[in-house]
Amino acid sequence: MVSALQVDTVSSGNRVPQSGQSEYVLEVVNARKEFPGVVALDDVSLRIRPGTVHALMGENGAGKSTLMKIIAGIYQPDGGEIRLRGEPVTLETPLAAQEAGIAMIHQELLLMNQMTVAENIWIRREPLNKFGLVDHAEMHRMTAELFDRLNIHLDPEAEISELSVANRQMVEIAKAVSFNSDVLIMDEPTSAITEKEVAHLFEIIRDLRAKGIGIVYITHKMNELFEIADEFSVFRDGHYIGTHLSSEVTRDDIIRMMVGREITQMFPKEEVELGDVVMSVKNLTLEGVFHDISFDLRQGEILGFAGLVGSGRSNVAEALFGVTPATSGTIEIEGKPVEIKTSHDAIKLGMAFLTEDRKETGCFLPLDIQENAQVAVIHDDFVSNGFVNESKLVDACIEMCKKLRVKTPNMHECIENLSGGNQQKVLIARWLLTNPKILILDEPTRGIDVGAKAEIHSLITQLAHNGVAVIMISSEMPEVLGMSDRIVVMHEGHATGILDRSEADQVKIMDLAAQ
Amino acid sequence: MSTTTTTVTAVSPKLGSKKRLPPEVGILLVLFGISAFFEVLGWFLVDQSFLGNMARLQIIILQVSVIGIIAVGVTQVIITGGIDLSSGSVVAMSGMIAATFAQNSAWPKVIFPALTDLPFLVPLAVGLGVGALAGFINGWLITKTKIPPFIATLGMMVSARGIARWYTDGSPVSGFTESFAMLGNGLDRWMPVVIFLLVAAFFHVMMRYTRFGKFTYAIGANPQAARVSGINIETHLIKVYVIAGLLAGLAAMVAIARIKTAQAGMGLMYELDAIAAAVIGGVSLSGGRGRITGTVIGALILGVMLSGFTFLRVDAYYQDIIKGVIIVVAVVVDMHRQSKRSKKT
Repeated sequence: MVSALQVDTVSSGNRVPQSGQSEYVLEVVNARKEFPGVVALDDVSLRIRPGTVHALMGENGAGKSTLMKIIAGIYQPDGGEIRLRGEPVTLETPLAAQEAGIAMIHQELLLMNQMTVAENIWIRREPLNKFGLVDHAEMHRMTAELFDRLNIHLDPEAEISELSVANRQMVEIAKAVSFNSDVLIMDEPTSAITEKEVAHLFEIIRDLRAKGIGIVYITHKMNELFEIADEFSVFRDGHYIGTHLSSEVTRDDIIRMMVGREITQMFPKEEVELGDVVMSVKNLTLEGVFHDISFDLRQGEILGFAGLVGSGRSNVAEALFGVTPATSGTIEIEGKPVEIKTSHDAIKLGMAFLTEDRKETGCFLPLDIQENAQVAVIHDDFVSNGFVNESKLVDACIEMCKKLRVKTPNMHECIENLSGGNQQKVLIARWLLTNPKILILDEPTRGIDVGAKAEIHSLITQLAHNGVAVIMISSEMPEVLGMSDRIVVMHEGHATGILDRSEADQVKIMDLAAQ
Repeated sequence: MSTTTTTVTAVSPKLGSKKRLPPEVGILLVLFGISAFFEVLGWFLVDQSFLGNMARLQIIILQVSVIGIIAVGVTQVIITGGIDLSSGSVVAMSGMIAATFAQNSAWPKVIFPALTDLPFLVPLAVGLGVGALAGFINGWLITKTKIPPFIATLGMMVSARGIARWYTDGSPVSGFTESFAMLGNGLDRWMPVVIFLLVAAFFHVMMRYTRFGKFTYAIGANPQAARVSGINIETHLIKVYVIAGLLAGLAAMVAIARIKTAQAGMGLMYELDAIAAAVIGGVSLSGGRGRITGTVIGALILGVMLSGFTFLRVDAYYQDIIKGVIIVVAVVVDMHRQSKRSKKT
């Protein structure tokens, strides 16, 4: 399974830093940042050469994003120094950082959705005519020119809210490039885009690198590191671990540095004796979204769904769970035809659904762990005579969170303060409390760190072992290949193939997914 | 470097060339529809023409002007994602205070006998100043203490009304100088309309064609994104609330000059009419979306309805009931239109 990762090392080492007054375009020296109760960064240093792509690696909570926010002027460091081209600087606001030549692509897309593409890119830098008014025609032209240069095909007058997430990401990238800055920070720029767009982004990055820009690239994806980064620095728990050339290390070396321990088994898939068919789906169609989806799902089976973002995978999951019911087709559960019109119907039939977007449709961010975990089971066994049996409910939640190893001091911690991996575990706990027969997981490990990822993978395996039927949607090829018994590949709303574990590989999937 | 780059094509080139109708067109049609509705009912029920009466049209637009001036400010506040509940009370407060500087010496109940027959610019400046100060306090509270705009302006709403009553122990102020009264009656009685349209035109241009306007939209659309784009959100928000307060002060000047008296109870519920005008005009209460032109049409719709129901001799109680329904329907229609639009893509 590991071999499925693209481990090519084409792009490193061939770049000599330009000689000048300083070897580095950006230096962070001994930076320290504390938040109430936590040291987010402890004596961290980072040096970026011009014309290189410098990757930052580390688990969630390692301090990468905090460090980037200090460089971008969003946070103020409690100690240490930032130097630009050898000169010490203080960056008190995002504006100060921009003016000093640092641009950042934010992980959470920071765009004004109700405004146009052009307005978003040039905000605060709008071209003015001789009356001091914004020159919309010129702004349109500048945007078109920028898009031309980056080979992006989007309408400058389109409103952001009308664009797909991938296209919004391209707007963010274009905006960051438009600053013509010396340092460009990219915080997980590929987390929401498809492989085709990743390739496009990498072209842009190589182009910028050739122009001498120092690029800081935060990622969780190992293959990206080897494909695009010249050197990389590793962080762990707010500490700086080390910097290396990416041509000099292996994947396992990096993981060891990141987690401080060996992860021997990435995908602990077990062969499970498959049981009876739990769910049988025939010709499921949601007019205009997906068509004629048919499959059987057995006890103990992990059925992967692969395909590009927007191919309809999540829509199928939402239809199965009654979020947006299908317009035609049949679903049978344990041999009986069922109608699933609402999520409540689905839950009653023993289904559970971990949604794709943790923040938008998963967590109740202002609520605590207990409240987040209990929400799907406040009826049933935990209610008698109209009153919630509080202690029984709390005990069940605590037990489940312990089982999933949610890292938290207590159940009253606000879920917003947990790392992505722990949030995901709480959400899984929420659904496991319902004792599901069928578990639908949409991108179960998106944006979470290597350690938590491995734990969630072994959890899924264990659930399958206990006879739960699992549908797992994932954009990560190694995950789909590593975990699934069979893989449904989707392309533009159609199932273009169902591959068996033994015959599936990356090439075949891409073939079916991209047609 | 770049050899054969792959491209991101999700938007067909056709979409770019397609000109969208401005959102005001829909609201304008509603205005025409409502006017036509009253016209037709007028023929049948009261045997008169609704629109064919110049005096009535003048009264409609005069009544709309004061609310309209306030609504232009409130629209900007709502576009930032905020709300201003204080405008009605600020009208009363700045109206009362300014009025005491606008009196002539011939009036028997002069409040400050030493300050009579001042040029009209003095009370005007006082009125605008009081309004702007109230707006500044709103903005300062919202940005410095981080309390929600709803609460900050609710406090101002109650306190400003209290100040208006306390200032003269509740007695009304009348007897204005000729020059001051012109603010409400000049240019052959059209002055309030002229001021309203100038204010609307000025801020329309400001919202659409200046950086200041773009910042206002940006903050409402996504404050975090606005911040990382280098916009100083705190300062900008304070400015927007100051503008809203200033316009409430200006509306107060026009109102007291027109009716030639100021009293502490004036401007009651004006804030809600202003918010209603903005919302009917397509301004989104969640921020980031809306236009001054929409608000102007929204205010006209409110005015036409008020006048139309009076014209048809509909009981005042029914008028309020129907007004409430119209506001809710306007928002429902608007939300529906927006969700349809985002589904298209």
